[in-house]
Amino acid sequence: MMAQAKPSETFVDVRDLKRVFDVSRPWLNRVIERQPKAFLKAVDGLSFEIRRGETFALVGESGSGKSTVARMAVGLLPVSGGTVTIDGVSMTDVKDSQTRQQLRKRIQMIFQDPYASLNPRWRVERIIAEPIHAFGLLKGAQVTERVGDLLTLVGLHPDDGRKFPHEFSGGQRQRIAIARALASSAEFIVCDEPTSALDVSVQAQILNLMRDLQKEFGLTYLFISHNLAVVRHMADRIGVMYLGRLVEISEGKRLFSAPRHPYTRMLLDAVPDLGMTGRQRQMVAGEIPNPINPPSGCTFHPRCPLANERCKREAPAMIDGVACHAVQEGRVV
Amino acid sequence: MTEPVISVRDLRVEFVTRKGILKAIDGVSFDIMPGEVLGVVGESGAGKSVTGSAIIGLIEPPGRIAGGEIRLHGQRIDNLDPEAMRRIRGRKIAMIFQDPLTSLNPLYRVGEQLVETILTHTDLSPPAARARAIDLLNEVGIPAPERRIDGYPHEFSGGMRQRVVIALALCAEPDFIVADEPTTALDVSVQAQIIALIRKLCRERGTAVMLVTHDMGVIAETADRVAVMYAGRVAEIGPVRDVVKHPLHPYAKGLMGAIPTLEAEAERLVQIPGSMPRLSNIPQGCAFNPRCDRVFERCRVERPDPDTPRFGLEGEAPLMPGHRVACHLYTRNPVENAS
Ligand SMILES: Nc1ncnc2c1ncn2[C@@H]1O[C@H](COP(=O)(O)OP(=O)(O)OP(=O)(O)O)[C@@H](O)[C@H]1O
Ligand SMILES: Nc1ncnc2c1ncn2[C@@H]1O[C@H](COP(=O)(O)OP(=O)(O)O)[C@@H](O)[C@H]1O
Ligand code: SF4
Ligand code: SF4
Ligand SMILES: [Mg+2]
Ligand SMILES: [Mg+2]
Repeated sequence: MMAQAKPSETFVDVRDLKRVFDVSRPWLNRVIERQPKAFLKAVDGLSFEIRRGETFALVGESGSGKSTVARMAVGLLPVSGGTVTIDGVSMTDVKDSQTRQQLRKRIQMIFQDPYASLNPRWRVERIIAEPIHAFGLLKGAQVTERVGDLLTLVGLHPDDGRKFPHEFSGGQRQRIAIARALASSAEFIVCDEPTSALDVSVQAQILNLMRDLQKEFGLTYLFISHNLAVVRHMADRIGVMYLGRLVEISEGKRLFSAPRHPYTRMLLDAVPDLGMTGRQRQMVAGEIPNPINPPSGCTFHPRCPLANERCKREAPAMIDGVACHAVQEGRVV
Repeated sequence: MTEPVISVRDLRVEFVTRKGILKAIDGVSFDIMPGEVLGVVGESGAGKSVTGSAIIGLIEPPGRIAGGEIRLHGQRIDNLDPEAMRRIRGRKIAMIFQDPLTSLNPLYRVGEQLVETILTHTDLSPPAARARAIDLLNEVGIPAPERRIDGYPHEFSGGMRQRVVIALALCAEPDFIVADEPTTALDVSVQAQIIALIRKLCRERGTAVMLVTHDMGVIAETADRVAVMYAGRVAEIGPVRDVVKHPLHPYAKGLMGAIPTLEAEAERLVQIPGSMPRLSNIPQGCAFNPRCDRVFERCRVERPDPDTPRFGLEGEAPLMPGHRVACHLYTRNPVENAS
């Protein structure tokens, strides 16, 4: 199918990625209420790399900017700043638009709600064949055969192609979405909360399938979830997001055995303990602040037990996988 | 012996549809004692919410309670007229749903909604009711409650709104609360705070809670006992530690193995083949039999009821009192099971 994954090779390179949304009230309201324009920095200077064949996960609470990164990574949303480079081709530079067209079929996305992302009036075979036609990959009977193969690959029956999306359960619909993503032989798949709407038993089926396919085709995943246990199960490396910034990047399991950033620790402490070890945990303080008006300096400082004056003034830089003054000053062990 | 706050016996709920009569709940029984949290888990469609709605008297046509009994402090409540049930629902039984906005009116200030509920269910004067509302907001962890009480629901974050709903549920000091997925829409950090709050209420007020969720972690942290539902029936029920750590029912075992945890080292998650049957198509005998890797002849003809296991399976932890399972393996001769 494709060359065996070389694990050290950078496949996706995200540099200083930014996205600002204009969230101002309508012009007339602003004039009447004498309010200035308002901007929301959904993603505020994010950098990470994904190696070929690996799963890089983004975790963080609701509103931290995970989906915004995902949409920029696949080119669904224009960036406000920074670059996304996939296999050497810039997704953000206009000069590369020719080569980018070539790249498109190698990138696909899977969403949380498989129903919303599948056209309800199309039969499943047409949905899955769509990328094949769009990129002119195959013709005639070959398409039918390929669609049948893809359905089998994701654990459905070739005859299921005749049905409509509403005839399937949530888990089966996610299988259809995966089959469609694979139809153009995509190499990089961005998965935004692919199992968050599914029951745990169905989630297990989908996560196992995603892993099998990754092994078989050497797929590279950007995997987004707010569920830390799911992320731990899936990811080779993990980035923790807070208010549009990365606060920690770590090898998968190490994030859980040795979390460094105070926010990572807080998140881990909040996960209910299925092992019932009776571990005492520190109660989480507060909630994610309003992103339109984020706190100064390190945006985590109002919730951080280690915050000091410097934290209120100065945003910490990402050094050695963690963005925290306390860690860098050696105040945390 | 203390008597249960809520006692459900052989509950049956049906929906009359064009396709015929669907049995959504088919013989469910359990008790909940004062101060106890009964966790109810299971896949979507298992019947968790319908069970909760039946207890609070909110099954609407085409649904109907088709059999069984529901008792509150020993008194039947499943056959009360709607007006009598409405009085009980405000005062003795309260509910908390997944989406706090279903319980809050967006047009009224939070304080107005709290005060009105307090005035309806107690003999407090309006100023005393307002003071009580502020106390309640404080108790559920709303900072600066004397100021926030005059805010509208949209001015609160999701987690704060769910706290307000809990405060609202507490107004009449109910004996029993049905909480249906109360933390599902919330971030883990906020979820942990809400869980701690529910636990505190049970401990301090002796409120009994039926906590419906599909999150096993939430159950493990919050519940005293847990019922695992499958296709409208209880597959297994028992003390939370026993069920979570040593599930007996093949479905419950599969469910536990399917959950990724912060400790497990498994490359692959346990996968239960297939999916839950539709209500119109529930298999004969044990409803789980087409998906079960331990199925034998009897499973296809005879429906198992939750019962104290008579025999343990080989290699399993010793059987605990109060742990019941609806599976023929546990009433079958151990020699046969080994084969
Ligand atoms: N089109 C938009 N217009 C204005 N604000 C937006 C838009 N899209 C996202 N935002 C804001 O950007 C921030 C990040 O949103 P995003 O959807 O990326 O978060 P997320 O991490 O995916 O959250 P969740 O876990 O809830 O999916 C949020 O504050 C959100 O309200
Ligand atoms: N109004 C209704 N009409 C027909 N069927 C219903 C209705 N409400 C619920 N059901 C069915 O009853 C079963 C149990 O539903 P529910 O209790 O909501 O499940 P859950 O365990 O996910 O809370 C499901 O099969 C559902 O489709
Ligand atoms: S920089 Fe300061 S406030 Fe931010 S996480 Fe580190 S210690 Fe806490
Ligand atoms: S009764 Fe039979 S089919 Fe049902 S769970 Fe037990 S062994 Fe499996
Ligand atoms: Mg999102
Ligand atoms: Mg439900």
